[in-house]
Amino acid sequence: MTDLKVRPYHAAVWSEPLIHELGREGERGVILPAVEEEIRRTVGKPEALVPRKMRRRVKPGLPELSQPQVLRHWLRLSQMTLGMEVDIDLGVGTCTMKYSPKVNEELAAMIAGVHPDQPEETMQGLLELAWCFGNVYLRELSGMDAFSFQPPGGSAGAFNNAAMMRKYHEENGELDQRDEVITTIFSHPCDAACPATAGFKVVTLYPDEETGHPSVEALKAAVSKHTAGIFVTNPEDTGIFNEHIDEWTKIVHEAGGLCAYDQANLNAVMGVTRARDAGFDMSFFNLHKTFSSPHGSSGPGSGAVGVTEELEKFLPIPIIAKRGEKYHLDYDRPKSIGRVRDFLGNLQVVVRAYAWAAAMGADGLREAAEVSMINNQYLSERMKAVPGVTKPYGGKRLDQARWSLEKLKKDTGCGVNDVNRRVIDYGVQSYFTSHHPWIVPEPFTPEPCETYSKADIDYWVAVLKRVCEEAYEDPEILKKAPHSSSIHAVKSAPFDDPERWAMSWRAYRRKMK
Amino acid sequence: MVRKPHPYIPNSVPEVKAELLRAVGATSAEELYAEMIPDRLLLKGRMDLPEGIPAEYDLKKHVAEILAKNRTCVDALSFLGGGCWNHFIPQVCDEIAHRSEFLTAYAGGYYSDLGRFQANWEFQSLICELVGMEVSGIPTYDWGSAAGNAVRMASRLTGRREVLVPAHMSPARLSVVANFCNPTDMPGAIKIRKIAYSRETGTLDLKDLRKKINGKSACVYFENPGYLGAIEDQGKEIADIAHGAGAEVVVGVDPISLGVLAPPSDYGVDIVCGEVQPLGVHMMAGGGLAGFIASRDEERYVAEYPLRLISITDTVREGEYAFGQAKYERTSYMAREKAKDWVGTTTALYGIIAAVYMSLLGPDGMKEVGEAILQKSHYAAGKLAEVKGVEAKFPGFFKEFPLNIDATGRKVRQVNKALLKRGIFGGKDISREFPELGESALTCVTEVHSKADIDRFAAELEAILG
Repeated sequence: MTDLKVRPYHAAVWSEPLIHELGREGERGVILPAVEEEIRRTVGKPEALVPRKMRRRVKPGLPELSQPQVLRHWLRLSQMTLGMEVDIDLGVGTCTMKYSPKVNEELAAMIAGVHPDQPEETMQGLLELAWCFGNVYLRELSGMDAFSFQPPGGSAGAFNNAAMMRKYHEENGELDQRDEVITTIFSHPCDAACPATAGFKVVTLYPDEETGHPSVEALKAAVSKHTAGIFVTNPEDTGIFNEHIDEWTKIVHEAGGLCAYDQANLNAVMGVTRARDAGFDMSFFNLHKTFSSPHGSSGPGSGAVGVTEELEKFLPIPIIAKRGEKYHLDYDRPKSIGRVRDFLGNLQVVVRAYAWAAAMGADGLREAAEVSMINNQYLSERMKAVPGVTKPYGGKRLDQARWSLEKLKKDTGCGVNDVNRRVIDYGVQSYFTSHHPWIVPEPFTPEPCETYSKADIDYWVAVLKRVCEEAYEDPEILKKAPHSSSIHAVKSAPFDDPERWAMSWRAYRRKMK
Repeated sequence: MVRKPHPYIPNSVPEVKAELLRAVGATSAEELYAEMIPDRLLLKGRMDLPEGIPAEYDLKKHVAEILAKNRTCVDALSFLGGGCWNHFIPQVCDEIAHRSEFLTAYAGGYYSDLGRFQANWEFQSLICELVGMEVSGIPTYDWGSAAGNAVRMASRLTGRREVLVPAHMSPARLSVVANFCNPTDMPGAIKIRKIAYSRETGTLDLKDLRKKINGKSACVYFENPGYLGAIEDQGKEIADIAHGAGAEVVVGVDPISLGVLAPPSDYGVDIVCGEVQPLGVHMMAGGGLAGFIASRDEERYVAEYPLRLISITDTVREGEYAFGQAKYERTSYMAREKAKDWVGTTTALYGIIAAVYMSLLGPDGMKEVGEAILQKSHYAAGKLAEVKGVEAKFPGFFKEFPLNIDATGRKVRQVNKALLKRGIFGGKDISREFPELGESALTCVTEVHSKADIDRFAAELEAILG
């Protein structure tokens, strides 16, 4: 690869004060709608409307700023944030940092003023669109029969599925006996944490040294009459597709368990392989990853759930149903798990997902999958030029790969965190390392989804290469990085020190005294 | 068929795709997939889906035409609330919500995303001022999830497995909490017991609370204002009873009330939770919800939070602020099944919007919005009760009240249908949720309603019932 010139970058340095340090008594950012004189006269003083004991006596200690100053503060904070849209964000693997089409924002805004309890006949457009996204697009992509958009994030989707698994075994009178959920260490942490919150014991399978995923034998050894089911990501965080996945679901089914698929990231397999065909009973899909809804600094998202006909009765209420040409919210579902979130979930996210899928169509969805997969092969090829980088486990990876900087660390003393602080000096977002525990030493996980051009991938690799070369030439550059951030080296000890941590201005002022 | 490159996919240019394939020594995507996925699992053939609409103009028209079938609370005059409320959204909130950097950031660290960390921290700072606490985190999915987490925190703190909740809380929210508590007899499940409420005041029945609380009670959870609108003025008594039994006290609040209502810290609450949506977030058919949790700054509480908690710190440069995650090993990202519940992609953007809202209003704005809501909702209750056979329940409410029409002999369902024909979304029909309140509609009035709106509602109601 010819050496691309990496370009210098400097983050905005506003040295912005805390909002509590800004403004002045009496300033106001916005005036509330007027209360008409006649209303005032009729009801009298507002404080008289509050039971005496419940009146607020001391004003809340909020800052007082005029509108331009408020706007300026938040704009400055936004400028000191390296959003996906302003950098080459392909380092943040497992997250599918894909482009969120601008037109979808305007379409989503069309439902801003909709109340979720409006009469059904006034929400037909929204219900039609959500129904169609599930029953046309997700059905075709997953092979599942019934859908819910109530889970408001990927992990919430996993929790929803754990609650459904609980209900299923309860209905069968086997919950006492079936109290174990099996997952794999390279599945997302929610696949362990959510079943645990739902009351299950969690058994975790570890990968075979060679294949990178647990063996069929390991699964066979783990299943028993106590098995409630499995929660697995596939392809896992490593980008490795478990080629025995249909055998896994068969083994679990034979043992009386259910199979829950974590397809938070469906990106590289859209139109290629489907949850249902691998034998899964339920799955969830992150609409803020695969389906382009923006990540929002970490939400709102959507963990859309798809299940087989057999499990449909357990889905949370309400279900969006179609009767003739009308759409309808069905609450009359006695076997339902109830709710995992109030109302209908994040339907504005579903609007964006629908718009994205509609823009793509069958060919476009398949194209997005193919290009993201090919991009990852290309990235893998280019990574060969980067010193100190290795890829554990053999074989090809689908959407992403978990790489290791163990060699770089051994050779130079600079590990994955040192490199990660340095890449941002070249205007590239810190990559995602790995979920914990780190099975792969000094791990990092780029995911070059279809959003990124060949030139983007070349540039990203060039940055990584340059930084790794710097590690060999002068490790101090990395050790002291970043050199062009909004701030200097952070003192992180207070984060774990009850005497010094401060989660608010009030706590900070008290502790600084 | 020759396809045009898709504008969202740069490498869909056929020459580029071919070049990439050449670079990796392959001739087609199929060939590569076949190396990774067994043939028996590969989908044969093309998916059966509508043709793609790559042209932006056409796409917009297509989706907008579907969504135009909706009506909104802008087109109609709405009195719906009950967990998602129509409030004034300052334009600056929308402006910041649409900032590309906040909208599309995700998992960067504090060196690359300092502004996002500071924004998260400032949300915590500002909400803590409203509730009188010192710790909060990045908000979770909704009030119900926050309450579910808070109840589980209390259970772990006390080692007890029962929670007392008001019988008049939102059934939907209770259902969310129930899923957190595990509505089965599995070991570790938390049993939910309901405390009766007064039909006269809409507040908790302390006699029933005293009767039901015992050494198994992990916490008493109550709401202020409650789902049915009433302001709970016995907070101190509830807290004393709970603490007397060794239980934690958890309250759920609507923060837009806290410019005029006493902060939970005044009445002895241990953990506060509630709904962020009223603070500048659009309703979005319920998609605007976000739940917060707050508490005192005690290590034992901090240790039980599932949420991401952002702490302030400093840097090697004098006077420079930095922010990062406090006690991160609690979270499911670190501890998997041993974590405190779980955390994931929640509602960080709504936390930022709420922070913008609170900084726009300031202490006096929060007081004014609370006063406007009180005055307008009480005016509405009075005005509507002038209609024959109509009664507004519960005298001490904040922005919602059950509007009862038993004396008219009519059903809320029918009346709401008639109102809809006249361009009005009547209050939520709660006759099935709370049969003991008869034919009642949970009617919500906020600062956005004008006197003319309220008068029109009353006039139409009179015309329908007359």
